[in-house]
Amino acid sequence: MEAEYLYHYFLRLADTSLTMSQRLAEWCGHGPYLEEDVALTNISLDIMGHANLFYQLAVEISETDVSVDDLAFLRDVDGFRNPLLTELPRGDFAYTMVKQYFVDSYSLLLYRALSESCYQPLADVAKKALTEVQYHHERSHEWLKRLCMSTEEAQQKMQKALDELWFYTSELFESDEGMIYLQKQGIAADMESIREQWHSMVESHLIQCQLILPESGWVATGGLQGEHSEHLGYMLAEMQFLQRAYPGCDW
Amino acid sequence: MYSQGLTDAKGSEEPQELLDAFQKKIDAEIKIEPRDWMPEAYRKTLIRQMSQHAHSEIVGQLPEGNWITRAPTLKRKMILLAKVQDEAGHGLYIYSATETLGVSREQLTTELLTGQAKYSSIFNYPTTSWADIGAIGWLVDGAAIMNQVPLCRASYGPYARSMVRICKEESFHQRQGYEIMTVLARGSEAQKIMAQKALNRFWWPSLMMFGPSDKDSKHSEQSMKWKIKRFSNDDLRQKFIDATVPQAEHLGLTIPDPELKWNDDKQGYDHGEINWDEFMNVIKGHGPCNHQRMQARIKAHEEGAWVRDAVEVYQANQQKIKEEAA
Ligand SMILES: [Fe+2]
Ligand SMILES: [Fe+2]
Repeated sequence: MEAEYLYHYFLRLADTSLTMSQRLAEWCGHGPYLEEDVALTNISLDIMGHANLFYQLAVEISETDVSVDDLAFLRDVDGFRNPLLTELPRGDFAYTMVKQYFVDSYSLLLYRALSESCYQPLADVAKKALTEVQYHHERSHEWLKRLCMSTEEAQQKMQKALDELWFYTSELFESDEGMIYLQKQGIAADMESIREQWHSMVESHLIQCQLILPESGWVATGGLQGEHSEHLGYMLAEMQFLQRAYPGCDW
Repeated sequence: MYSQGLTDAKGSEEPQELLDAFQKKIDAEIKIEPRDWMPEAYRKTLIRQMSQHAHSEIVGQLPEGNWITRAPTLKRKMILLAKVQDEAGHGLYIYSATETLGVSREQLTTELLTGQAKYSSIFNYPTTSWADIGAIGWLVDGAAIMNQVPLCRASYGPYARSMVRICKEESFHQRQGYEIMTVLARGSEAQKIMAQKALNRFWWPSLMMFGPSDKDSKHSEQSMKWKIKRFSNDDLRQKFIDATVPQAEHLGLTIPDPELKWNDDKQGYDHGEINWDEFMNVIKGHGPCNHQRMQARIKAHEEGAWVRDAVEVYQANQQKIKEEAA
C-alpha cells in the first residue's frame, strides 16, 4: 500500500513539472526579448529535469517494468495527476509570469519541506531541484514587480492574469488519502502548512505590487483524481504524438 | 554560420598609409580591436556578415523549436531545449560583438524585421518530421562548424572570440543530430523512411549554406584579404561533402545526388549541380517558410512591446527612487 501511495505521489510531482515545462517550452523563439527566449527555455529545461527525476522515483518504486517515457507519453488524461493550473494554455506574457510566480512559490516551499523527507531518494531530488527553483522564484518575483510597478497597461494585464489564475491556486495544496498517510510517515510534505506559508508570502508580494486579490469565485479542483480541464487532452495529443503514431520504437 | 558570402564592400577614399598599416596588421595576424582604426568598408562588411550570422541564430530557433513540444522522449526533449537555448545564446554573443562596431541591437533587429537584413536560407525550409531535427543537427550544424571553425581566426577580435565559444557548442549540436539519425536509421522501417526523407529534403539546402559558387561570389576576394574569410565557398562546401558522405554511408542512407561519386584525382567527391535558382529564390524571400518565419518574429516582437516598455519605465522609476534616496 505504501508503495502505491508513493507511486501516486511521485506522479503528482512529476506531472506537475512536466505540464509546467511543456507550456513554458511553447515560448521558445517567441519571447519579448532575446534574453527572455534564453531564460524561458532554460527554466523549461530545469523543470523538465525535475519531472524526469520524479518519474524515475516512480519507476523505481513501481512493480511493473514501466519506463519514464511510458509514464510521460503513454498515459491518457485521466492518468495525469497535476493540478489544473499547470495545464492551462500559455496565454500572454503576464499570464505566463503570474502562473510561473505561483508555481515557483509553491515549488520553493514544497521542495524545501521535501528536502527533509525521511525517504532519502525523494529528499535528494528535492534538494537538487530546490537550488534551481530558488533562482526561478527570485526571477519570477522580480518580473512580478517589474510588470506591476511600471506602465498602466502592464499593471492591467497583470491584474487580469491574477483574476483568471487565482482560483486555480487552492488546488495546489490538496492532499488525498495516500498523501496524508505519507505525510504521517515523514515522507510527504504537510500541504496545509505549505498552503499557509504560500498565502502569507504570495499575498504580501501581491499587495506590495498593488494587485488586488479577487474575493471569491469558482475554485478549480480534480487533478489529483485525474479529472482535468479540456486543455490537457490537447497538450498530450501534441506531446505524445510520435510515441502514439509509431508505437514500440526507440528514439 | 550563415553569412553565405553575400556581403559586399565598397572601396572608399581613406588615407593610403592608414590602409597599408591596417593591411600590414592583418597580414601579421594581429587582431583588430573595436578601438582600432579600420576602413569603413571593413566595418560595413563585418556588420553585415556578423548581423546575418546573429539573425540566423535567432530565426534558427523556429524550425527546431517547432519540435520541442513533440520530441519523442524526455531525454530528446531536454537535449533539444538545451540546443535551441544555445542557439539563442549564440545570437546574443554575436549581436554584442556586432555592437562593438557601432550599431545597436535595436537597429539590427529592425533591419531583420523589415526584411532589409538577410539570414541563412536554410531556416526557410520547414521541419515536417522528427527526423528533420536529426538532419538539422547533423547537416546544418555540421555545415555551420565547417564555416565557423576558420572564423575563430577571423581578423576582428570580438568576432573571433565569440566564434571560439560558439564552436564548442556546435559540435555538441552536430553530435546530437547525428545520434538522432543513427537511432532512426537502425529503427523500424517507418523510422528509416523518415530519416531518408529528411536527408533528401535537407541535403541540397545544406550545400547552399556555403553560399554562391566561387565564380559568382564577387566579394570573397576582399574578405579573404581582410581575413574575415579563410576559405572560399566552394572549398568549404567540398570539405563538408567529403566529411558527410561517409557518415551517410555509415547510417545506410543515400545522398540524394545521382552524380555524386568519388574522384581519385582530387581525393574528394564530385557532385551534381546545385539548383542556384532555388537558392536565389529563397534568399530573395520566396522560400517555403520565409514569410512564416518573419511573421513569427514580428508577432513576438509586437506582442513583447508592452513588456519592453514596462521594463524601461520600471528601470527609470527605480533610478529615480535611488537618486531621491541619495
Ligand atoms: Fe549556433
Ligand atoms: Fe548549432
